[in-house]
Parts: sequence; structure tokens; C-alpha cells
Amino acid sequence: MEKELYTITAFSENHIGLLNRITIIFTRRHLNIESLTVSSTEMKGIHRFTIVVEASLDLIERVTNQIEKLPEVLRAAWYVNDDIVYREIALYKIPINYAIDRNIEQVLREYNARLVDIQNDFVIIEKTGHVEDTEKLYDVLKPYKILQFVRSGRISISKHKKELATYLSELPINEYIKE
Amino acid sequence: MEPKNKITGAEAILLSLIKENVDVIFGYPGGAIMPLYDKLFDKNNELKHILVRHEQGAAHAAQAYAQVTGKTGVCFATSGPGATNLLTGITNANLDSIPVVFITAQVPSSLLGTDAFQETDMVSLSMPVTKWNCQVTCADEIPDAIAKAFFFATTGRPGPVLIDVTKDAQNELFEYSYKKIKSIRSYCIKPELNDKDINDAIQLIQISKKPLLFAGHGILLGNATNELKNFIAKTKIPTAVTLLGKTTVSEDDTAYVGMLGMHGNYAPNILTNEADLIIAAGMRFDDRVTGDINRYAKKAKIIHIDIDKAELNKNVKADLAIHADIKCFFNEITASLNYLSDEKWRNEFYVLHEKEEDKVIKKECFPEIGKIRAGEVIRLLSDKTGRDAIVVTDVGQNQMMGARYYQFKNPNSLITSGGLGTMGFGLPAAVGAQVGQPDKTVLLFTGDGGFQMTSQELGTIFQYNLPVKIIIFNNNFLGMVRQWQQLFNDRRYAETNMPTPDFPMMAKAFGIEGCVVSERENLNKTLDTMLKHNGPYLLEVKIEKEANVFPMIYPGKAVDEIILEN
Repeated sequence: MEKELYTITAFSENHIGLLNRITIIFTRRHLNIESLTVSSTEMKGIHRFTIVVEASLDLIERVTNQIEKLPEVLRAAWYVNDDIVYREIALYKIPINYAIDRNIEQVLREYNARLVDIQNDFVIIEKTGHVEDTEKLYDVLKPYKILQFVRSGRISISKHKKELATYLSELPINEYIKE
Repeated sequence: MEPKNKITGAEAILLSLIKENVDVIFGYPGGAIMPLYDKLFDKNNELKHILVRHEQGAAHAAQAYAQVTGKTGVCFATSGPGATNLLTGITNANLDSIPVVFITAQVPSSLLGTDAFQETDMVSLSMPVTKWNCQVTCADEIPDAIAKAFFFATTGRPGPVLIDVTKDAQNELFEYSYKKIKSIRSYCIKPELNDKDINDAIQLIQISKKPLLFAGHGILLGNATNELKNFIAKTKIPTAVTLLGKTTVSEDDTAYVGMLGMHGNYAPNILTNEADLIIAAGMRFDDRVTGDINRYAKKAKIIHIDIDKAELNKNVKADLAIHADIKCFFNEITASLNYLSDEKWRNEFYVLHEKEEDKVIKKECFPEIGKIRAGEVIRLLSDKTGRDAIVVTDVGQNQMMGARYYQFKNPNSLITSGGLGTMGFGLPAAVGAQVGQPDKTVLLFTGDGGFQMTSQELGTIFQYNLPVKIIIFNNNFLGMVRQWQQLFNDRRYAETNMPTPDFPMMAKAFGIEGCVVSERENLNKTLDTMLKHNGPYLLEVKIEKEANVFPMIYPGKAVDEIILEN
């Protein structure tokens, strides 16, 4: 089966070791994780994993099932790029003299980037978008002698209506109930 | 002075185990777990501790105990090497879905991550081989951790769990209270069976001419052998079993058609590829069952029922995948289905079975010439014990022979290492089985190789005077590997030929009776002596050196290419 880029989203309890339990599901199948973002959701105690992986659909289905099988994972689902809106955020550190000497204003405007900090000897530029967008800006800024470049993992939101909101709002408040 | 109402974490562990109806623990003490053992000293009346001779043995014994009692196995080990020695046993329980709670001790929390003496990261190490695990670093986390451990181990698809408890958490005083867990929001105990699935299943069954039912381990785990029996009684659908599903149905049931897989029976393997409907109940289409998956059951519609959603469509795509509790499924479908399988189809199994009987079984179970064969010993013991013993096997030829030739009738009366295929499983598992069922005859079928991997557990058998009957099939070979070397490597017996010690003398050193039998004329009498002996007994049987297990599906071949002889 042909390989494609998939985004897996999982919701879990916020427990030590769960990240490891999820990543070994990929390791075991010799799958490389392209990007991984973990953060808290609007519901206290629930975390969201966004994992980008290149694999066959068959494998993605099985891996997603294995993630959802973990006792402390609430839900897991996979998406192709067309199913979701997704972004990465990139930060670029540029020496201040280069930023002043060359026309940085035009670059910021054309690439819809922002200046987020100015220090004595450098400035920091921020851009959100797809990998191709942040990469393009990287190429444009290269002559500005980029001191540092960093890009986040992907975050995504599905194009289906109300998917997360309904699900999380229906969850019991307590993680577990005793007899 | 201990403040009033406060107890230590160690005592809390024991009280919590008692609340979870635990009465037996298999384990081995050591430095970090000393506070727990100190408290155990006062709880002899409520908690029986079985001191094994190696932690791997404790894990296997706890698993077998769980299988023969239906309870949860419990196992203690200290930090570091004590804990790592458990790993084979944990993995074995994980692959065979057995509920065992492992409690390992850990260095004091202030020393975590410092490479302290006997520190090892047991949570990370056990992660891929447990259903759930956690580390506890203060006493007041203990009750909830144990409650969760038992909840996860026993519900849904069962499995092993592990709690790693630091030494300071064991010693800390706190106010203890315990309540079992009723539900966890991230975890579904019992998926709901919907009417549509049942209706779809009924439709598929009703149009089928050649249905075949696969009964797997899930039926034992889901406590559904009676429900299966009712279903078979009503429909007479030919029923084949997996290795771990072997005791789901009595072998004298007219619908029983044998075992699936590489060394299973001829008829169900051949007819898997003739069936037009397969009902796979609580089984997982292991590669040892399917052979070449691209040529597997191509003529059949497949209904697959499992409580673990991740098993559905994992190895074999199902036409109807039903995520449900197997007991509910059988109850519902038996109530609404009116179907009787075609007699001509059922006869096809008998005809093929006759071939196997003639070419394989007769020669293995009733030989007249040559050395003693494992099959004849097992069949004799099957008769002599009224098919009522608990059979434990090691792994390899002895395992396949045990599964093939003991004629099982009771649920959970075969304890064997299925998924992991752990050599050395047999002897410690026999310990656990006998502790769990002290009044039953426990027969261990093992080989000269596997026995030597965990033979130190003779010490445990001696200490508790467990009347296990140990049958070592000695061919001075690692038999199954040798069989493959013969068949596929041109008889190049690389490192499979093994001189063996005097096994009965070994047993005698542990205070256990034993003897050797090598002649057929002495076999009957020797087996009687063993069975009548009050206490443990070791019988070494010198068997045909180059005997093979047949039938066999050669690696890479399809199920219907199973062969009866080389």
C-alpha cells in the first residue's frame, strides 16, 4: 500500500509515561514520527496528542487502534491533510544590522510574518503556516544571516463540525469512580 | 510511636490485596521490598506467600494460578534484578492476556535516576509488555494505584499490570482507606452489543452452507464456555479451537473438529479454505494459525467477534467485525438463530480426520515398535486420569504433543505458553497450577531443554510438597528446532544436541521421587506408580530421538497445504 502523510489525534489522561506508551507503538512498527505535539485541552486533566506520520493507510488504522486501546487514552482518530486545518509555527532569529540594512518590512508584509521581539543585536520573526510556507520564508531570510531557526510540531483541527467540543463536554468530570 | 489510625504504605498494599480477594502471592524478597515482606510476616493467615527460586518462576506461577482459579495472580519482586527477572513472565502473561498484578519495589524516591544500587527503570522496561503500569512514590497513592491495577488487569481484555513502589512509599505512614474502582472514563469495560450486528451475523450464518466456528482463548477469559456449548448444541456448526482455546469445548462434543494451526489437526486446517463462513470467536488470527495469510480462508465470509477492538481487522479483514463481549454475543445469537449445519459438510471433517488418525495418530499413540513416543505416554495418561487432570506444558514438541493427545474435557485444564512460546514456562507454571488447584492432578509435559531452563523450581515443589507429576520427554535434543533443522536445514543439527543430567537423581537431591523409563513394556506400570505416588514425582521418559510432530503446515505454506508426513 502507498505511503501518505497522516495526522493522528489522541485525547488522554495527563499521566506520567503515557507519551512513552504511545511512542513505542510507532517504534515497534519501525515508524518514524515526523512531528509530535502534546498540550492540554480546554478540559482540565485531558491532553491532546497530534502526531504526524508517513505510512500506509493499513498501518495507520492499526496504529490508531493500538493507541485507542491504551486504557488511559480516551479517543484516537486519524486524518488525511484534506480533513483538517493544520499549522506549524516557526521563529527566526536575525542579526539586527541585517534586519535594518535590508528591507525587512517588505518581507514581513509579503510573507505575512510578524516581528515579535527586538533586542540590541537581533530581532525575532514569527510565521505560522504549513511546512512549505515556513520553509519558503527561511529561504528568503537566509541572506539575512539567520542566527537560529525553530519550528513547532503540527497542531490541527478537524473540518468535521463539533467533533472535539461535543465529545469532551460529554466526558465525566472525574477520571474514575469508586464503589 | 505510630500515630493512631495510620499505617505504612507496605501494610496498605497488603490490606488492599486482601480487599481484592487475593489469598496467594508468588514472590521473592530483596533489599528494596523488605518493608513489604516485614508486614507480610504478620499476615500469614490471610495471605499465603509462595517463595519461588527465581522471579521468572514467580511470574509464570502467578499466571498459571490465575488461569486455573479464575482469580487475579499476584507477584512480588524487589527492585533491579528482581524486577528485570520478571520480564519474560510479564511478557508471557501479556501475550496470553492473563490478569496478573506485579508489584515491584523501587529504590527510595530521593535516589530515583541516580543509578542507585539495584535501581532500574522498571516502569519504562515493562511498558511494552504490560496493559498498564505506574510508579508510586508516596504512600497515599497506593490504594488508588492498586484499585486501578486490579480494575485494568481483570476487565475488558485481561492482562498483566505492574506497580513500582519506592521504598520510602512503603515505609511512609498515612491514613488508609480503600475502595474498589467501578468505572474509568477513558476505558470501556464492556462494549455494547447492538442488534444490527446480531441480525447481520444471523443473516450470514443462515445463507452459509459450510460454516466453521473458531473458538479462541477469549471464550475462556470471558467465562463463556457454557454459552458456546449452547450455541454448538443448537447449530451443530463444526467447531475448531486455537491452542489457547483448546479447552473451550470438550473433545467428545460431536461438533468438535480439532485444533487449528501449524501442528493442529488435518481436517479443520484443510477445510478452513473450503468453508464459506468463518465465525471467529475470541481469537486473533495468529500467524501460527493462518499460515500464508494471502491464501487464507479466501472462500469464506468472516465474522470476527472480540472484546479488543484493535484485534478486529488486524490480521484478517472481517466481513462483519463485532466489538463485543463474547458471552453476550453467544447468548443473543443462540436465542434468535434457527440454523442447523448440513450433515454432509460435517462429514467432510470426519473423512479427513480418518486420514490423520490412520497416518499420524495411530503411529504416535499406539506404536508397537521402536522407542517410546511422547504421544503414547500422553494418551495413556489422558485415559488413566479420566481426562480430568490439569495439563501444563513447556514449549516445543512436548507442548504440541500435550495439546494434541491429551483429550481435554474441562475448561482451563491446559496451561501453556501460547503467544510468547517461553521455554522454561512449564515447571513454574505447574507450581502455580497446583497451588491454585491443590486437589487436582497436575501433569507437566516438558522436554529436556525447557526443563533445564527453570529446573530450580524443583526447590519450590519440594518446599511446599506440591504433588506435581513431572514428565520429561528426553530425546537429548531441542526437539522442535531439531525437527526444523531436519526438514529445512538438511539435518545440520547446529547446537540442538544436548547431553542431559540424571533427571531422577536431580529430583532426589530436592527430596522428590523419580525414575526413568525407556522400554515400552515398563511404561504402563511406571505411569501407575507415578500417579499413585502421594507427592511430587519426576518421570524421565527416554523417547525416540528424531521423532517429529505432524501434521505440519510448513512455514510460508497455506493452511490447506498441511501435510501428514514428511
